[in-house]
Amino acid sequence: MAYGPHTDADRARMLETIGAASIDDLFADIPAALRASELRLDPPEPELELAARLQGLAARNRTDLASFLGAGAYRHFSPAAVDQILLRGEWYTAYTPYQPEVSQGTLQSIYEYESLISELLDLDVVSASHYDGAAATAEAALMACRATRRERVLVSRAVHPHYRATMETYFAGSGLRLDEIPLVADGPGAGTTDLAALEALLADEAAPVAGVVLAQPSFYGLLEPMSESGRLAHAAGALFVAVVEPVSLGVLAPPGAYGADIAAGEGQPLGIPLQYGGPYLGILGCTDALVRQLPGRLVGMTTDVDGKRAFVMTLQAREQHIRREKAASNICTNQALLALAASVWLATLGPHGLRDVAAIGAARASELEAALGAIGVERLHAGAYLNEFVIDVPDARAVHTRLLDRGVLAGLVLADAVPDDPSVADGLLVCATETTTSADIVAFAGALAAELGR
Amino acid sequence: MSVTGPRLQPTIFERSRPGRGGGKIPHAPKDALARVPAEHLRATPPALPELNEPELVRHYVNLSQLNYAVDTGFYPLGSCTMKWNPKLNEWAARLPGFAGLHPLAPDALAQGTLQLLWELEQILCEVSGMRAVSLQPAAGAHGELTGILMVRAYHHARGDHGRNEVVVPDSAHGTNPATATMAGMRTVSVPTAPDGGVDVAAFRAVLGPQTAAIMITNPSTMGLFESRIEELLEAVHAVGALAYMDGANLNAILGRFKPGEAGFDVMHINTHKTFSTPHGGGGPGAGPVGVGPALLPYLPAPRVLREADGRFRLERAGERPTSIGRLRSFIGSSGVLVRAYAYLRTHGASGLREVTDDAVLAANYLKARIAASGAYDIPFEGPCKHEFIASAASLKKKTGVRTLDVAKRLLDHGFHAPTIYFPLTIDEAMLIEPTETESIETLDAFADALVAIAEEAEREPDVVTSAPHTAPVRRLDEAGAARNPNLRWRGMTGELAPCPD
Amino acid sequence: MVPTDRRYTKDHEWVRVDGEIATVGITQYAAEQLGDVVFVELPDVGRALSQHATFGVVESVKAVSDLYAPIAGEVRATNGELGKAPELVNQDPYEAGWMIRVSVADPGEVDRLLDATAYEQLIAEA
Repeated sequence: MAYGPHTDADRARMLETIGAASIDDLFADIPAALRASELRLDPPEPELELAARLQGLAARNRTDLASFLGAGAYRHFSPAAVDQILLRGEWYTAYTPYQPEVSQGTLQSIYEYESLISELLDLDVVSASHYDGAAATAEAALMACRATRRERVLVSRAVHPHYRATMETYFAGSGLRLDEIPLVADGPGAGTTDLAALEALLADEAAPVAGVVLAQPSFYGLLEPMSESGRLAHAAGALFVAVVEPVSLGVLAPPGAYGADIAAGEGQPLGIPLQYGGPYLGILGCTDALVRQLPGRLVGMTTDVDGKRAFVMTLQAREQHIRREKAASNICTNQALLALAASVWLATLGPHGLRDVAAIGAARASELEAALGAIGVERLHAGAYLNEFVIDVPDARAVHTRLLDRGVLAGLVLADAVPDDPSVADGLLVCATETTTSADIVAFAGALAAELGR
Repeated sequence: MSVTGPRLQPTIFERSRPGRGGGKIPHAPKDALARVPAEHLRATPPALPELNEPELVRHYVNLSQLNYAVDTGFYPLGSCTMKWNPKLNEWAARLPGFAGLHPLAPDALAQGTLQLLWELEQILCEVSGMRAVSLQPAAGAHGELTGILMVRAYHHARGDHGRNEVVVPDSAHGTNPATATMAGMRTVSVPTAPDGGVDVAAFRAVLGPQTAAIMITNPSTMGLFESRIEELLEAVHAVGALAYMDGANLNAILGRFKPGEAGFDVMHINTHKTFSTPHGGGGPGAGPVGVGPALLPYLPAPRVLREADGRFRLERAGERPTSIGRLRSFIGSSGVLVRAYAYLRTHGASGLREVTDDAVLAANYLKARIAASGAYDIPFEGPCKHEFIASAASLKKKTGVRTLDVAKRLLDHGFHAPTIYFPLTIDEAMLIEPTETESIETLDAFADALVAIAEEAEREPDVVTSAPHTAPVRRLDEAGAARNPNLRWRGMTGELAPCPD
Repeated sequence: MVPTDRRYTKDHEWVRVDGEIATVGITQYAAEQLGDVVFVELPDVGRALSQHATFGVVESVKAVSDLYAPIAGEVRATNGELGKAPELVNQDPYEAGWMIRVSVADPGEVDRLLDATAYEQLIAEA
C-alpha cells in the first residue's frame, strides 16, 4: 500500500498481541447483512502513472487566454517567497492548535492575520476566518439578527449573486427574512444601490431591520454610497454590514471609516490562486461591541506560567464544541492555511506594494475602458469604479463565446450570472489587475472590434 | 522527536521598519486613482508591516519550527484521522492548469477539472454506497448543514412542516446539535447504552412525526461499530424520518460497510480525515455530502454533469429547481478535492481496504498494549474499530493526575496528545486513533510513553501536573486570555515610510 | 458547610432574601465545576423572570452554563463588577460574586427551595 508501513511480520505481531486470528475477526461486529458489496474501483495507481494522469487532466484546462474575468475571484501576482513558505510541512501538515504549547507557529500566524485584516478593515476584531466570502456574509447577516434580536435583513441587489443565494439558503434554515434593496435604474447613479428605496424598506415598523448589507465595490464594480447607507441603517436601529474586497482596501476607504459594524468578504485576492473556486478565505470582522456574537475561532495573546508571551485560541465558549445546540454557528474549522497565505502575501508586499497592486489594476482598467471606447464599446454605468466595470455589448453571450476562439476570455456574461436583471442583459463584467498587460488589452479590443465588424 | 530549541519570535509588526521591503510590484502611475472620487479613497494607508525578504522568510520559517506537524511526528488524535499527507497531492494541486483556472471560466475551458470532479463523485459514491455526492461544502460541518437542509427540503416538499427535531446520541460531536440549530431544528439527545452503542429503545421513545432526522456517527465516537444500526434505521424510517451519518469515522469502514447500502439517506465525508487532505493548522478541509434516492432532487447546485458525447458541464441556473441552492460561492474547494482525488486513485479498491484493515489493526494493537499495562482504564474491552478510549479516571483517583496532565506530559515525550475530554460521556477520556500510516515502532514508543507517564504520576506527580517542560512555551493563562482578550496587535514600530507619490 | 443564611436550587444557584429583595448567585461547587469564570452574561434591569427561567449565562474557559432564576421576580440590580472581574465568581461566590437582585414575587417559593443541609447532601451525592 502506498504510504503504509506494515510488513506481514508487523501485522502478525499485532494480531498476536491482540489475540485475534485474522484481521477479519476484528470486523466481526459488522452484521453479515450489512457487509459492504465489493468496492468497484480502479486498482491502485503508482505515482509515475498517476502523475501522468493528473498532468493530462490539468492540461485539458485552458488558462492561456487573455483573461478579463473577475466577478469575485481575481488573479494577482504572488511573489515566489510566498509559496516557498507555504510548502513547509510544519505549516500545512499541522493540526488545529488545541495543544497550544506545540502550536505557537500556527497560533501566532493567526493572531498576525487577525491583526493585519483588522488594520485593512479598520475594525476592532477579525475572526480566524470562515469558509469563503459568501459563507462569511451569510454569517454576518445572522450575527446582525442575533445582536439586534430582529429578524429581517436587507441586502442590495448589487451584492454578488452567489453571496445572496448563500444568504437565502442559510436564512431558509433559520426562518429569518431576507429582502433585496433595488438598484437605481437610470441617471448617473444607475446600477448603484437605491438609497430612497432603502429608506422606505427601513421604515416598515412592522418588520424592523437587523442589518443592511452592501458591497464595496459592488458586484458590478461600482463604488457605492456606503456612508449614507450606514447612516440610514443606524437611524433605523439596524447594523451596517459591508462586503469588501481586501486588495481594494489598500486604496479605498475601509468599513471602519464609513461606520460598518460588521465586515465580510473574500480573501482570495490576497495572493491565493484561483483553483477553480477554492479553497478560499472568508473574512469576517466586527466592532468590539459585537465580539461575543462573532462565530468562528479567535486567537488571542496571553502568557505562559514563566511569563513568556504566547498565543492561544480564546473565547472558545462561543463555539460548537462547548455550546453545542446553543452555538451561534456549527463551524469547526477555519481556513488556517489560506489565512497564512494571505498574511505572508500582505507582509511580502507591504502597504506600498498593496497600494501599487490596487492602483495598477485601476490604471489598467482605465486603459481598458479607453481601448474599448475607441472601438465604440462603452460602459453600461456612469458611476465611479476601481478596476471592474460592465460593458454594453449587443448579443453579449454569443460574442463572448466567439471571443474565446480568438484567445480572449472577455469577462462574465451577465445574462447568465444575473438572469433576473434585464438591465444588464447585454452586459459583460470585465476587470483588470496588475497581471493584465497592454498586449492583453490590445488583443481584447482588436478581437472585439473584429467580432462587431468595427 | 520533540519540538525544542526553536525560539519564540517577535510579531511581524515588531520586525517592521519604515522603508524595508519593496521590489515585488512596479510602482503605479501617479494618476492611477485620479478618477476615483476622494470620498471613496482611504485617508491614510493601512499600517501594514514593511519587511525585506530575508526578514520575512526568517520570520515564517522560525515560526513554522515552533509547530508540531504530521511531517514531524505522530498525532494519535481520535476522531481526526491524522494520517500521512502525501506529497504527490501537493504537487498535483499546484499544477498551473488546476491552480490557475478561474471558477467562472466557461465549461469549455475547464474540462480537466470538471472531469476530475465528476470522477471523484463517482468514486465517492462507490465508497459510500450513495447515489450522488455534492462536492460543494467547504468542511464537514458545512456538509452537515447541507445534509440537514436537504432533509428539511424533503419533508417540506411532501407537505410536512411539522418535523423540527433532530435526534442525536449524547456522545455526538458538538457540530451535530449546532447544525440542527442552524437548520431551524431542535436537538433531542439520547443517552448511550452501557455497551457504548445506541440505545434503540431510548431512540424509539423520542422518535415520532416531529422527527426530521437522526444524526449518527458510525463507528460511534467511542470507536465502536453500531451493531444495532439495522434496528435503529428501521425505527427511524418507520416514523417517516431520515437517517444522517456523520462520516468522521469513515476510515474504519472503507470496503467493509457502505452507509448508503445499509440504509442511511445522507452522509458527509471529511476529505481532511479519511482522504488525507492536509489540515493546514486548522483548515482548509472539504465536506462532500452523499445522498440516497430520497434526497437527490435537493442537492446543492450546480452539480457537474457528463454529456452523452463525454464532455462535462456545470448545471445551468434554474436547471434543477428543487435544489436547496448554494451554500457558498462558486463550485467547491476544488484545490482540496484534487488532493483527495489523487489519494483515492493512488489507493484504488485494494488500497482503500488495506487502509481500513491496518487502521483497525493498529488501534486494537495499541489498545491491547495499553490494557496489558493496567496503567489506564479501558471502558470498552471488546474489539474496537479505528480508535478507542482510554481513561485516566482511576489514575486521577489514585494520584490526582488528570487526563489533561497526561496529555501535556506526552508533549515532553515528543508526541502530540490524543483527543481529550471527548466524548463528553466518558470521564477523563482520551480518544486514541493511530491511523494506518504509523509504524509499529511508533505505536510501541507511544504506548511506552503513556505507561511511563502513569508510573511517573505515582512517583512524582508534580512533574506531570506541571508539564510540558520542554515545549517552546509552558502552560498558558487561558483564563486571562478570555477575560481580557487581546485579539489584535496595536501600534506599529515607528511610522510607515511615506508613499513616493 | 455552605452558608446557612440562604436557600439553594438543584442547579446550584443560591438565593438570599433581605426584606423584599433577594440576591442570587451560584455556589462554590458550581464555580469549581466550571473552572475559571471568564464572562457572565446578565439580564437588563427591569426584566421580569419566572421561576426556573434562564436569566443569563456563565462562561469559563472550557464550559458554558445557563443560569436559572431560583424564584420569580423583577430584576432590580445586576453586579456591575463582574464585567471587569468575572473571577469574583470563583474567589467569592457567596458575597462579592453575587449576580442579580430581584424583587420577591412569592415568598413561598423561597421556602420550598433546598436549605443548606439539603444542598450539602445533594452535592455530596454528586
